[in-house]
Amino acid sequence: MPTRSNPRVGPMTATHAPMPRLDVDALLDDPRRRIIVCCGSGGVGKTTTAASLALRAAERGRKVVVLTIDPARRLAQSMGIEALDNTPRPVPGVSTGSTAGEGGSLDAMMLDMKRTFDEVVESQASPEKAQQILNNPFYVAVSSSFAGTQEYMAMEKLGQLDKDARASGRWDLIVVDTPPSRSALDFLDAPERLSSFLDGRFMRLLLAPARGPARLMTAGFNLVTKAVTTIIGGQVLSDMQAFVSAFDTLFGGFRQRAQRTFELLQAAGTSFVVVAAPEPDALREAAYFVERLSEEQMPLAGLVVNRVSVQPPVDLSAAAAMSGYEKLRDSSDDASRMAAGLLRLHADRRLIVERETRLRDRFARAHPDVATVVLPALPTDVHDLDGLRRIGELLGA
Amino acid sequence: MSDFPDVQLHIVTGKGGTGKSTVAASLALALAARGKTVLLCEVEGRQGLAQLFDVPPLPYEERLLAKATEHGHGDVYALAIDAEAALLEYLAMYYRLGRAGKALDRFGVIDFATTIAPGVRDVLLTGKVYEAAQRNSRNKNARRYDALVLDAPPTGRIAQFLNVNNELAGLARMGPIKSQADTVMTLLKSPRSAVHLVTVLEEMPVQETVDGVRELREAGLPVGGVVVNLVRPQDLDEQARADLLAGSVDEAALAKALGEAGIDATPGLVEVLVSEGRDHAERRRLEDSQRTLVEAIGVPTYELPQLAGGVDLGGLYELAESLCAQGLA
Repeated sequence: MPTRSNPRVGPMTATHAPMPRLDVDALLDDPRRRIIVCCGSGGVGKTTTAASLALRAAERGRKVVVLTIDPARRLAQSMGIEALDNTPRPVPGVSTGSTAGEGGSLDAMMLDMKRTFDEVVESQASPEKAQQILNNPFYVAVSSSFAGTQEYMAMEKLGQLDKDARASGRWDLIVVDTPPSRSALDFLDAPERLSSFLDGRFMRLLLAPARGPARLMTAGFNLVTKAVTTIIGGQVLSDMQAFVSAFDTLFGGFRQRAQRTFELLQAAGTSFVVVAAPEPDALREAAYFVERLSEEQMPLAGLVVNRVSVQPPVDLSAAAAMSGYEKLRDSSDDASRMAAGLLRLHADRRLIVERETRLRDRFARAHPDVATVVLPALPTDVHDLDGLRRIGELLGA
Repeated sequence: MSDFPDVQLHIVTGKGGTGKSTVAASLALALAARGKTVLLCEVEGRQGLAQLFDVPPLPYEERLLAKATEHGHGDVYALAIDAEAALLEYLAMYYRLGRAGKALDRFGVIDFATTIAPGVRDVLLTGKVYEAAQRNSRNKNARRYDALVLDAPPTGRIAQFLNVNNELAGLARMGPIKSQADTVMTLLKSPRSAVHLVTVLEEMPVQETVDGVRELREAGLPVGGVVVNLVRPQDLDEQARADLLAGSVDEAALAKALGEAGIDATPGLVEVLVSEGRDHAERRRLEDSQRTLVEAIGVPTYELPQLAGGVDLGGLYELAESLCAQGLA
């Protein structure tokens, strides 16, 4: 939820110290660092940032796996993960030949939400029971469209990758992209939401007829089932009851797993990188997230501000450029018209830089401890390893 | 004149970061300028409209957002639709549940229905939009609107969100929720509705727009127009951009022109301006290739400029004027 439900967390007065810089290479090179989670609101370039960090870490000698959620098609193709099969595969074209890159490797995978959910069910229940659950219409609906399933499954997959990494030694760093939700907080809230669903009063109520002491609640229950039947229909209720009784034995397992993954996020080897664009909405989301991490005692590495317009190295002001533009815009000769167009561009750029700087300063005032790295806007889109490498260089520079 | 004279319900979607809420708000103003009384709805609980119009958070209640002073203009009202409130209102309007209604809340059913039961949430949200579009006697003394603008969920989820029938199909095959969904679908699929997609001229948003249009068409939902937002300044013509890209700019002539405009054209300044121009020309070349893809979709397109100072209230009115002039409203 973007409206603030928690109190503001941070200093009470502004400080004017320069923003500390996020040292990306130190973050990637630290062998104790095992997990990096990239989060932020939709459309800010999380996936590209995650992929760039992963590639850079691999080419600096880490054994990396990157879990992406919904990459652009051409980027997915260039990383060899256009097939959604939930299996990490080596990314072709990673250069680990240099001294720095020795021993490094990069695997990538794209999250398949439904399959991950199915696999959890299969691993937790007997084959018969698993089949019963997988065929239940209510399960099918929940596993493919429950708001939050994607976030929960991203966490579940992270837990699995971590376990795998520890057991096999195949990876020593996991980089995770988070789902493109409206709010970055959804990622942290999802496990809680899913387990409160699985553990909710209503779910327990559905099990009630089968259990002794709960029979005391029968009068209330009848009232509720009647209302629910009226609203959504009796068949939904019976599907739900079948689902819940089949799922009952798995509840504990789910809760434990969610709890373990949450602890993993609080562990010393984990770092969060918050990604934002220099826009009011994205920075507001980033602020909520940063504050939330500090409340949950989750380790924040820093903030990546993406697509920032760079101050041109001349001091022609926006106003002066606009006035030149006004004088030249109606000229007939080519050179004057080009001059007019260039002045207009320059004026716009100055204004954009000014606005973005103001927004970033505000953020820095309110969150003076957040180490930040700024990525300049590039004139082209990123969709191959060279593009990712370039971003990585800018992040590390 | 408007390209969509018969549309009552305008649904605006777009990928995150493309300015979907800005476009929805501008469209509401533009429709009001056409003399319509407009209701602008949001459904994602993020109070984007309140922020755009610089008013306190909107409640679940139709609030006057912009009052017309010009003769012949209509007013704009706003409503933040919240699934829980919509469910309670729906129950009160149709079932008079009384004690059972309270029990529902106590047993966590309201919470369950609005956050967990798949599809139910979307039926409630679109159902409220439907109620506002099609006021009946159950909602006494309610205002009637000439037009509704829905700031809808993002492109990646829009077909699923609107295709409530399908979402529920595996779950509720009969019962009141199902028939509610059917009624809502009739409006959404009719020529009285149109889904507009907001994009920017970049690869991923355009790809999502193309995919979104395909999914909407497959679901039988009416696609309106594509609004290309945040378009860069268009002052440099094709020849100028070609020269910039080829590196064949006559810098002496450029310096002379700048000098005539009263600007001290040092070699450093000329170099910076030319390099800014080259980056811009490169971007524009990419934009042109993306624009071709947008045009190939085969629906009307509208372009809105990037406002260098950011979108404020004045900016919304500028964008609204442009949407009127281009015929989206």
